[in-house]
Amino acid sequence: MSHISPVLWQFLIKWLTHFAVFPPEASRIAPQLDALYFFIVLVSLIGLTIVVLLVASFSILYHKNRHPVAVQIEGSTLLEATWTIIPLGLFLMMFVWGAIIYFRVFTPPPNAMNIYVVGKQWMWKAEHEGGQHEINTLHVPLGQPVQLTMISQDVFHSLSIPAFRIKREVIPGRYTTVWFEATQIGTFHLFCTQYCGTNHSQMIGDVIVLSPEDYKAWLASSTSGMSLAQDGERLFASLSCAACHNTRPDARGPSLAGVYNAKLTLANGQKITADDAYLRESILNPSQHITQGFAPIMPTYQGQISEEGVVALVEYIKHLDSDYRVQQTTTTTDMLPESGGKAAPADSTTAPGKVNP
Amino acid sequence: MSAATIVSLPDQATARIPKDNYLTRENGILSWLLTQDHKRIGILYLISMTFFFFIGGALAGMIRLELLTPQSDLMAADTYNKVFTMHGIIMIFFFLVPSVPGALGNFFLPMMIGAKDLALPKMNLASWYFYMAGGILALWAMITGGVDTGWTFTTPLSTHYVNTNVITTGLAIFITGFSSIFTGLNFIVTIHKMRAPGMTWFRLPLFIWANYAASILMVLGTPVLAIAIVLVALERAFGIGVFDPTKGGDPLLFQHLFWFYSHPAVYIMILPGMGVISEVVSTFSRKRVFGYTAVAFSSVAIAVFGFFVWAHHMFIMGVSSYAVLVFSLLTMLVAVPSAIKIFNWAFTLYKGSITFETPMIYAFGFMGLFTIGGMTGVFLGVSGTDIHLTETYFIVAHFHFVMVGGMLMAFLAGIHFWWPKMTGRMYPEKISQLAAVITFIGFNFTFFPQFILGTLGMPRRYASYPPEFQVLNVLSTAGATILGVGYLLPVLYLIWSLKYGKIAGDNPWQATGLEWQTQSPPLTENFAVMPIMDHEAYDYEWLERQTEARQKAKEVTSVG
Repeated sequence: MSHISPVLWQFLIKWLTHFAVFPPEASRIAPQLDALYFFIVLVSLIGLTIVVLLVASFSILYHKNRHPVAVQIEGSTLLEATWTIIPLGLFLMMFVWGAIIYFRVFTPPPNAMNIYVVGKQWMWKAEHEGGQHEINTLHVPLGQPVQLTMISQDVFHSLSIPAFRIKREVIPGRYTTVWFEATQIGTFHLFCTQYCGTNHSQMIGDVIVLSPEDYKAWLASSTSGMSLAQDGERLFASLSCAACHNTRPDARGPSLAGVYNAKLTLANGQKITADDAYLRESILNPSQHITQGFAPIMPTYQGQISEEGVVALVEYIKHLDSDYRVQQTTTTTDMLPESGGKAAPADSTTAPGKVNP
Repeated sequence: MSAATIVSLPDQATARIPKDNYLTRENGILSWLLTQDHKRIGILYLISMTFFFFIGGALAGMIRLELLTPQSDLMAADTYNKVFTMHGIIMIFFFLVPSVPGALGNFFLPMMIGAKDLALPKMNLASWYFYMAGGILALWAMITGGVDTGWTFTTPLSTHYVNTNVITTGLAIFITGFSSIFTGLNFIVTIHKMRAPGMTWFRLPLFIWANYAASILMVLGTPVLAIAIVLVALERAFGIGVFDPTKGGDPLLFQHLFWFYSHPAVYIMILPGMGVISEVVSTFSRKRVFGYTAVAFSSVAIAVFGFFVWAHHMFIMGVSSYAVLVFSLLTMLVAVPSAIKIFNWAFTLYKGSITFETPMIYAFGFMGLFTIGGMTGVFLGVSGTDIHLTETYFIVAHFHFVMVGGMLMAFLAGIHFWWPKMTGRMYPEKISQLAAVITFIGFNFTFFPQFILGTLGMPRRYASYPPEFQVLNVLSTAGATILGVGYLLPVLYLIWSLKYGKIAGDNPWQATGLEWQTQSPPLTENFAVMPIMDHEAYDYEWLERQTEARQKAKEVTSVG
């Protein structure tokens, strides 16, 4: 064998040792999706075999040498019906089965923990609730449903984790979600699968599935000391949001306490649920979403806050279950030296004392 | 393979190419550039699209070479992105869409229905000029910096983020769109108004039905692509904000507009090819196509359903789940007519008298590869499996099986089938059969590993990839070199045959189509006497009676 070139030899060794033909099944949904996949593979193989057998056997039986004169046949309604109805039936079966899988992949269970993912040319940023920030890696616990709430800072991206059999487009301007429950400890590929420019093929990372204990340890060792909501609070303060969004009678904006998932009535009479997407839109494009009873005076924050910033703000608003924190934040704002001279915050802090008895 | 053949050539010692034919009637370059003869325009299309095919093919070769190794080492990532973008644009807009309608349809559609020309000859010539103008502009855009958006021009990447020749390339596609619309319009009018006496709708060869269906798609679909491209250009140049979310636009709107054309476009590409297969399978099994009406109506069904499945390209893009249900269901429906066609072709062989000349080998290749291509389309139309497989090499393999394995095989079947009629000469049979087999083998080597790569999750449009995917990529690249040989061979022996090929005579395959009942190469007017269609399509008994009558007449004259 020594005369085989070393390159070829290396290639053969690689062939024998690294010949992946099927991705690992590392999530709850993976075996279910694979069952459907193999069902379609089976049907395809049977279909292909039938076509090949028909063509091959006719080619032999009715070869000109064996069958010099063709017999003219019009067709057969029965056969036409057969090969219309049987494929149609099989396709419909696959459609229903596929739809069931589809809804499972995109309907998160209520106990799913949320991780925000921001895609940008050419990296993945993950924002955990506890304030852990990651780039091109995603740590998740084993056996816990995880929902990813994703948005793109620039162009279309697509988050794909082949081992989990999930993929979802990450789009500028709107949140998309996907969920999974990892069932295998290990490191798996994370790909961007929507072409996004120069370094599209570098926009890859690792999903690291840890046991619940290891995950806890990782959380503790990786936090920046501030939770995502606290990051949001800081931003809320520096943008002086509480100047208007407070519970005082003369507040110019609606109170944000408990607003998350509340049913709101807009100025145009439309009823809407204040979910992540609504909160984001209301920050970036406020004049489109005026709550009933308020004037369209809020300026747009489009281009002033990064998507990570919006994510932090949304996370903060989600945690605002009483007005207490807003009051706290207002106080913080007042202490910031650059806003001290501004009329609005000063006005709003003095207002309660004047109006309230 | 035994020597059984249906080829019947005239006595080579005495046979001559007819002195007066469409090639010799006029001479000089202007007689070609200003011609209104559908046959000459067909030849112009054939030459120019072969040119574009080999440019697109060279780009494909560069892609496969780069993917030989996991690192992005042959070229920079930006270059790779430009190469695959131009490969897609050239192959789709300048080869696949115009291939069969432009070359074979222009040449044979009027002859097959017994007409002198297409209904609108000047428009036909204009279509070629639009095609060339678009093609040259696209090449110019490529040479002066290229474009790296992918052939799908996804916004906002194409409108705000890349810094390459997006508008020029978009303009090139916009211009070429007119050639598609003109050809489609011309075909529709011609099929409606110019059929020979007795040529009823159900006596039309199935090639005509298929081209009719494709023409409807071209006329109705192409304007939407034009709109989408204009909007991209306006947004890029003036920032009008139709697709830009920061200005209240919706980037998904572009996806809808783009795929509203680009999904029917795959049927524009494949339907005429299916028409070719019907002609070839019938001729080489000496039998009427099994279930003629079913095959004819399945073409129309594909054209109709083809317009209502576009959003299956967007299952994971955040369209509503109920839209996903509807589009997935409709996609299942569009798969059925293709299955009907495959089974009808298979049963055309039943009790036939089959021979394996080159066009038939290509047609068999088509049936096998298109079946795989069609079935793998079901994986992607089923919403559940689509999540895992879309945007990976699975989808690349799928559409190459349909477009290259299906359409290109059908195109080559058609070229080999009608070459004797176009040029009056035969190509060498043995080497062309070999080329067909090489193409089939090379094709499977190239694209089958990509199904496995896609299942493993390898994303498409990656200049570099994780090392465990290398073995399959090496296989694919190796297959591509075989495929390259398979495509180069026909160019060589077909050109050779122009001078040295045997004289074909009027009807070397003993085919029934009207185009075979006139001299090869045909007269500029196609027929010396206006043909009258007094029999069904694919009536081989009529052909036999015709041949006998002709022989008797010859005997009488020679005795007299």
